[in-house]
Amino acid sequence: MSEQVLGHDEHDHGPDPQFLRRWITTTNHKDLGALYLWFSLLMFLVGGAMALVIRAELFQPGMQLVRPEFFNQMTTMHALVMIFGGVMPAFVGLSNWLLPVMLGAPDMALPRLNNWGFWILPFAFTLLISTLFMPGGAPAGGWTMYPPLVLQTGLAFPFLIFSVHLLGVSSIMGGINVIATILNLRAPGMTLMKMPLFAWSWLITAFLIIAVMPVLAGAVTMLLMDKYFGTSFFNAAGGGDPVLFQHVFWFFGHPEVYILILPAFGIVSHIIPTFSRKPLFGHASMVYAMSAIAFLSFIVWAHHMFTVGLPLAAELFFMFATMLIAVPTGVKVFNWTATMWRGSLSFETPMLFALGFVFMFTIGGFSGLMLAMAPADFQYQDTYFVVAHFHYVLVPGAVYSIMAAVYFWLPKWTGHMYDERLGKLHFWLSTIGVNLTFFPMHFSGLAGMPRRIPDYALQFTTFNQISSVGAFMFGFSQLLFVYIVIKCVRGGEKATAQVWEGAEGLEWTLPSPPPYHSFTIPPLVT
Amino acid sequence: MICMRMRGVMESTLVAAAMTGAGIGSAHAGLRYNMPEGVSEISRSVYSLHMAMFWVCVAIGALVFGAMIYSIVRFRKSAGAQPANFHENTAIELIWTAIPFAILVIMTIPAAGLLIKMDDTSQSDMTIKITGYQWKWHYDYLDQDVSFFSALAQDSNAARQLGAQIDLKSVDHYLLNVDHPVVVPVGKKIRFLITSNDVIHSWWVSDLAVKKDAIPGFINEFWTRIDVPGIYRGQCAELCGRDHGFMPIVVEAKTPEDYAAWLDAQHAAKAQQTAMVNGAALAAAR
Repeated sequence: MSEQVLGHDEHDHGPDPQFLRRWITTTNHKDLGALYLWFSLLMFLVGGAMALVIRAELFQPGMQLVRPEFFNQMTTMHALVMIFGGVMPAFVGLSNWLLPVMLGAPDMALPRLNNWGFWILPFAFTLLISTLFMPGGAPAGGWTMYPPLVLQTGLAFPFLIFSVHLLGVSSIMGGINVIATILNLRAPGMTLMKMPLFAWSWLITAFLIIAVMPVLAGAVTMLLMDKYFGTSFFNAAGGGDPVLFQHVFWFFGHPEVYILILPAFGIVSHIIPTFSRKPLFGHASMVYAMSAIAFLSFIVWAHHMFTVGLPLAAELFFMFATMLIAVPTGVKVFNWTATMWRGSLSFETPMLFALGFVFMFTIGGFSGLMLAMAPADFQYQDTYFVVAHFHYVLVPGAVYSIMAAVYFWLPKWTGHMYDERLGKLHFWLSTIGVNLTFFPMHFSGLAGMPRRIPDYALQFTTFNQISSVGAFMFGFSQLLFVYIVIKCVRGGEKATAQVWEGAEGLEWTLPSPPPYHSFTIPPLVT
Repeated sequence: MICMRMRGVMESTLVAAAMTGAGIGSAHAGLRYNMPEGVSEISRSVYSLHMAMFWVCVAIGALVFGAMIYSIVRFRKSAGAQPANFHENTAIELIWTAIPFAILVIMTIPAAGLLIKMDDTSQSDMTIKITGYQWKWHYDYLDQDVSFFSALAQDSNAARQLGAQIDLKSVDHYLLNVDHPVVVPVGKKIRFLITSNDVIHSWWVSDLAVKKDAIPGFINEFWTRIDVPGIYRGQCAELCGRDHGFMPIVVEAKTPEDYAAWLDAQHAAKAQQTAMVNGAALAAAR
């Protein structure tokens, strides 16, 4: 009896030696973190390939490679794959890998839910991507799924709705797990205000996910009902309203944007102090700023809809509320700058990506500020200016933060240093590529090029050619990233537990790589 | 005055930036890289607001990026920088919360005023109803008994097919030309009513700074008053399916006299057509 009890409490076993059984049945936070991250890397390459189809067709005016309907499928699928398959799973993977080691816990609070949350994803994306091979092709109505256009989707429609439901379920599971872990498994002495900022950013993100994913599920369910069950939620002829969908969708969609960026704020708030060898400036104000951004994200949704014919009062309100977001966002950028001020800076690859993040995310923030001005937005709305804006906050924003995080914690995860020289090369190639791609889009948008068009008038040629060249450069540079990561996983210079001179936090007290069950005895935080 | 000079400086900077890349493509005379000032009082106000906000961003960017670049250069470990240990300063944190807030409040004043002006469609001189179709526009001159469809011009349509071997430079305003432009008078307040017959479209002409969605089952309205006669081109701005990229908008602004003549010609053509139809019906009846 006593032996049985002991046996049950014995947690020091390693992973299942049988490969398939290990990865399918694992409930270990590091295994699942790795699965999430590998999956997101795969989706990043798939979504990137779709982007390159888009950029290849747009290299010159005239239709050379694809039909307009396939072009629309590419824009739609690129967005869905990148948002739900690239960025979100990457952040969930990072939360899995990092939260227990940062908080002093042995694992996530809900390990089985964790396994389920991950394994939904491959099925959801198999469903979604399989639509490319169906008669009529993949969804082509844009990732925003506006009715009535999305209701013209053929056989792919129910697959789209079902995969969105699955992705939402998976995200909610991830969110619940993060909240349960942070609220229950912090090491003794780690008060909420002492908690690392990555954990803070994810706590706020998780609440956003739980708040808005069900709203998206509701919206797409109403689409399903309109299409197959004769309802008229969004059909004016039956008493509904197509704009209602946009309101519901963006009530999800705007917080979703911050779901894609808040964990990035957390990551950068770890990396900049480390390589500045100086504590983060304004730890508390960072927490308040993120909370303020999260709150504001719920009351700005209609700035995506300034041209749908909102009443004047609504346009004024959403313009004011949107501009307010600049204040907490500015505070964060000022704090990062103040952290570097009078520090002792070195520029290893994670720091380069973090600095790239701050610079280019700020550029995206500026164009966001311009977009907030409703009268000017009438000119920007649905043009390449918007495409430039959200790619600046998502690619050199969210994606750069993920890459910074990978370079920063990869030695901890694998026990090996990555190749610093190649890492820096990867950074510079990516940064040149990303700016060549997206900066000219500001100009083509202002000059009058609408987004989501497969062909354009001759005056937009120059900027589009620069964008296409940059996109191919950025895209192929990522193969270097894949190589660097694989090389580091397979071997390399041994990493110390501390890894970085200036690194602070519980994860650096563990050996590199950390034991399978990170902290079996909770550390004491003073 | 200062504003004008700054604009000149900024334009030359942007031109220089654009020229760097121009070697890749064929150089175009008058490469456009900024929002047009446009041809109405409203569009000029929108342009000024856009440029004002742009300069606010440039100023803040110069400060923030300046501080960052200074830190990167000055506080390098390799240059022997020793880290300080400060991590809080309530006064400075309050200042850099309050100042951006104040700048935003100042910026919202002209924006709100302009928005209110753009929203006021009252006391218009004439009304045109626009209906979006997949993939063309329909214009209906209310009270004038003139209405027609406006679709992508034939030569553009031929040239934009997959694998078409047509030199795009030989096409008149490739993708930005229609068979029947919408003709309007200058100097008159024109109210537009807009709706759609199928999916959501969006009617956008940047020279007029107007963009409004065409939503099936609902009617939106907007207005413009064009100052300068000319031809102004735009495109559908809301994804509306396969040929979303191929339903341009062409507005032909004429002097009131020319507009009246155009209207008379439309009426005459219509009368002739009616007579012909009636004649044919009569002949058939006999």
